[in-house]
Amino acid sequence: MPDERAASWPESQGQDLQSGADGRARRRAALSPHLKRLQDESIFIFREVVAELRNPVLLYSIGKDSSVLLHLAMRAFYPARPPFPVLHIDTTWKFREMIAFRDETARRLGLELVVHTNEDGIRRGVNPFDHGSSYYTQVMKTEALKQALAKGGYDAAFGGARRDEERSRAKERIFSFRSAAQEWDPKKQRPELWSLYNGRIRDGESIRVFPLSNWTELDVWQYVLAEDIPVVPLYFAAPQPIVERDGQLIVVHDERMRLKPGERPEMRMVRFRSLGCYPLTGAIESRADSLPAIIAEMLGFQTSERMGRLIDRDEASSMERKKREGYF
Amino acid sequence: MADSAAAAVEAGVGQRTGNVFRLPAEAGMLRFLTCGSVDDGKSTLIGRLLFETRALFEDQLAALEHDSRKYGTVGEHIDFALLMDGLEAEREQGITIDVSYRFFATDRRRFIVADTPGHQQYTRNMATGASTADLAVLLVDARKGVVNQTRRHSFIVSLLGIRHVVLVVNKMDLIAFDAERFREIQETYENFATGLGFESLLAIPTSARYGDNVTSASERTPWYEGPTLLAYLETVRIETEPVGQPFRMPVQWVNRPHLDFRGYAGTVASGRVRPDDAIRVLPAGKAAVVSRIVTLDGELAEARAGDAVTLVLAEEMDVSRGDVLAAAGDAAPVSDQFAAHLVWMSETPLIAGRSYLIKAGTKTVGGSITAIKYRINVDTHEHLAAKELHLNDVGVVNLSLASPIAFEPYAKNRNLGSFIVIDRLTNETAAAGTIDFALRRGTNLTWQHLDIDRSARAALNGQKPAILWFTGLSGAGKSTIANLVERKLFAMGRHTYVLDGDNVRHGLNRDLGFTEADRVENIRRVAEVAKLFADAGLIVIASFISPYRADRAMARSGLEEGVFLEVFVDTPIEECQRRDPKGLYAKVAAGKISNFTGVDAPYEAPENPEIRLSTTANSADALADEVLADLRRRGIVG
Repeated sequence: MPDERAASWPESQGQDLQSGADGRARRRAALSPHLKRLQDESIFIFREVVAELRNPVLLYSIGKDSSVLLHLAMRAFYPARPPFPVLHIDTTWKFREMIAFRDETARRLGLELVVHTNEDGIRRGVNPFDHGSSYYTQVMKTEALKQALAKGGYDAAFGGARRDEERSRAKERIFSFRSAAQEWDPKKQRPELWSLYNGRIRDGESIRVFPLSNWTELDVWQYVLAEDIPVVPLYFAAPQPIVERDGQLIVVHDERMRLKPGERPEMRMVRFRSLGCYPLTGAIESRADSLPAIIAEMLGFQTSERMGRLIDRDEASSMERKKREGYF
Repeated sequence: MADSAAAAVEAGVGQRTGNVFRLPAEAGMLRFLTCGSVDDGKSTLIGRLLFETRALFEDQLAALEHDSRKYGTVGEHIDFALLMDGLEAEREQGITIDVSYRFFATDRRRFIVADTPGHQQYTRNMATGASTADLAVLLVDARKGVVNQTRRHSFIVSLLGIRHVVLVVNKMDLIAFDAERFREIQETYENFATGLGFESLLAIPTSARYGDNVTSASERTPWYEGPTLLAYLETVRIETEPVGQPFRMPVQWVNRPHLDFRGYAGTVASGRVRPDDAIRVLPAGKAAVVSRIVTLDGELAEARAGDAVTLVLAEEMDVSRGDVLAAAGDAAPVSDQFAAHLVWMSETPLIAGRSYLIKAGTKTVGGSITAIKYRINVDTHEHLAAKELHLNDVGVVNLSLASPIAFEPYAKNRNLGSFIVIDRLTNETAAAGTIDFALRRGTNLTWQHLDIDRSARAALNGQKPAILWFTGLSGAGKSTIANLVERKLFAMGRHTYVLDGDNVRHGLNRDLGFTEADRVENIRRVAEVAKLFADAGLIVIASFISPYRADRAMARSGLEEGVFLEVFVDTPIEECQRRDPKGLYAKVAAGKISNFTGVDAPYEAPENPEIRLSTTANSADALADEVLADLRRRGIVG
């Protein structure tokens, strides 16, 4: 680190931060060279897209990765606001806390928020209980996303996916080409050399862009801590009414949750490692109620982050198939 | 969780102790790739590294065990290749198609490893993985030694500027850890690698399958005294940023949120910059002064290589995306002509003369490969003559851009010396290129000065030299009119020469066929001959279909104004087909000829020809007179 820069953040060495229950660090720490490099590479990617594509959008899923993505966008274009809208695909099965956080974030950062729901799916009453996670995800997430991208005429969409999440994501380019049908052909990806991203497309085609490709789960949390980035409170441990189902801890979030015979919600101290639709996202038992506690807890994890995401487990190559059809 | 941990221990897959993440804040990052031929054990090696550094989670291991039973090729054992082959097609076929990125860490470093495919057919994906790596782990199978793919990958690794290589001689268990065989492979490789410019090259004997010398020293190689692979990766010194170089920053995006702010967003490519530094805006070369370095955290006192910042200049000036801001006292060179290495990545071959888009830094400009100097046999490093570059070929070319760019040779700066070639039609990334040096034609290749020049010869002949370039469809009447024009000029005592399409193909161009590359070369040679004849003082009459505007523009280029006259013999295709003087249209209709101009190959009519001749309204003789009248008006003949 250059001396001057370190000097601009007095007493910032080390990460002896005091964090409150809301997870907001009181003081910003200096970034490690590792995080600084990841951050600046991501900023470069944001700027390339805005310079080369006509009408980008940021796909905002409200989770920690989206929070980091937004923070990087704020950095990339400062003092301008990010010159693109933020799109949320609302399945209507998100946690209330997520929707409140989404609206508050858009207000705080002065972003243009576009919310899209697959109205046809709503009319047909598609839900995770009657239709199974696979069909439900296809209709309420993948189809909804494709509708929203087509409606907005977006030619580029930023997503928060990381290569360390899942093995088909480990294969994906940073600029990932989509056909006019919004499909991904993993066997015919464009070569991607250095940071010379090729954003050239024809009408109807688009690029999915993943600025966090080279980040790991730990990088994300350490960056959230270092940069004092707000995240949804559900990431912090709190008592919740829980039922255990197929080894997963499911929060009984509202009256729409259907209990099976013999299931009885009990209060447990839990938090989420990954956030999705509430009936499809397993919580973990935890007492970690601050960012340092979350990071400390991560050091002992035995399972991967997407372990709690039921939608990944429907079948082998589950994620790849969803991605080929247009899922992020 | 305790139960599943116990289950993992029982299954013999080890227990995650969590030391993976316990990193000092300053732990650096190393990005490397694994490469080498198919089945040399790349994926197994990475699987082993991930496993031993406890970067694999229980659910991932469980999924891996499940897949190993389904697709595995190593019997009872976990098939680590399945961990890396993230695509369904890869697992089904048991091959790696595309590069896969994996992450692991030790107490000393974090690692991003790119596992790249071994098949020659997927070399472009291997190059994708190599382009962002600082070090290459090159595997060879101890039984097979150095093979074609070992050499191909080494060459690409070298070409992309990777200076640190680890030669992993794997599957030592299958040759009973034979020290002599190891040294033999090491020596063969070191001989081959001379001249590839590697700063460090370490050979390690391993068995990725059993873990020998991967993360812990093997008892089965007492004769090997070097470090294990992991120990070496943790400690090898890598310079990721060029040091001691002057300030350079390609402008990515102009930030104008309101009238009072105009900043230039970009990532510093080399050197450092501070407020009040004098800079130049390239390629124009205008001088400017940096006033502020703006970030979300406030203004910085300095920005260095790798920093993504926004610079504000002291005065408003015209700066746009693609310009390079550079230290005023040591600005980057600017050129539009380069010698460069290319790795061709498209199924459609490279053809010299065709127009592509070139993206270099943050600038995208039109350009073409003016010459393929040679193709490189990556086995022997031999230079081979080539007219085209095909998928996965490596070649040295001359590159010409539509406008100049600021650059550095790739060896000096990766950011400013690399480019990609984009196909204008399909938008695919057709090649990766590295700039070797600028071709300054004026200084490198001087025109031999001769005392008797064109005007002296023209004066002696009593005529002004010119090139009459007849273009039009086959059967349009080019040769007929050209012949009449020459006869009339000859009768007037003028010195002329006719270059005819069919005639030159019997001699000068008899080595050329009718592929697109050959057509381009055919016109290029004729144009050069026409220029020499004009220089000799002759009135040259060239008669060629020459269907492409770009080719005719090339024939015109470099000549003084008024020397080159484009004569468009404008005859509708229906009329040409009716006349069919050589019976060619009949053959086309019968399916005996394809790629025929005007029928199933394009003819790009001239937009602004000097002379346009309509053959349906006038006789050939009247049209020849029309040409002569035009030459008189232009003062070419008296």
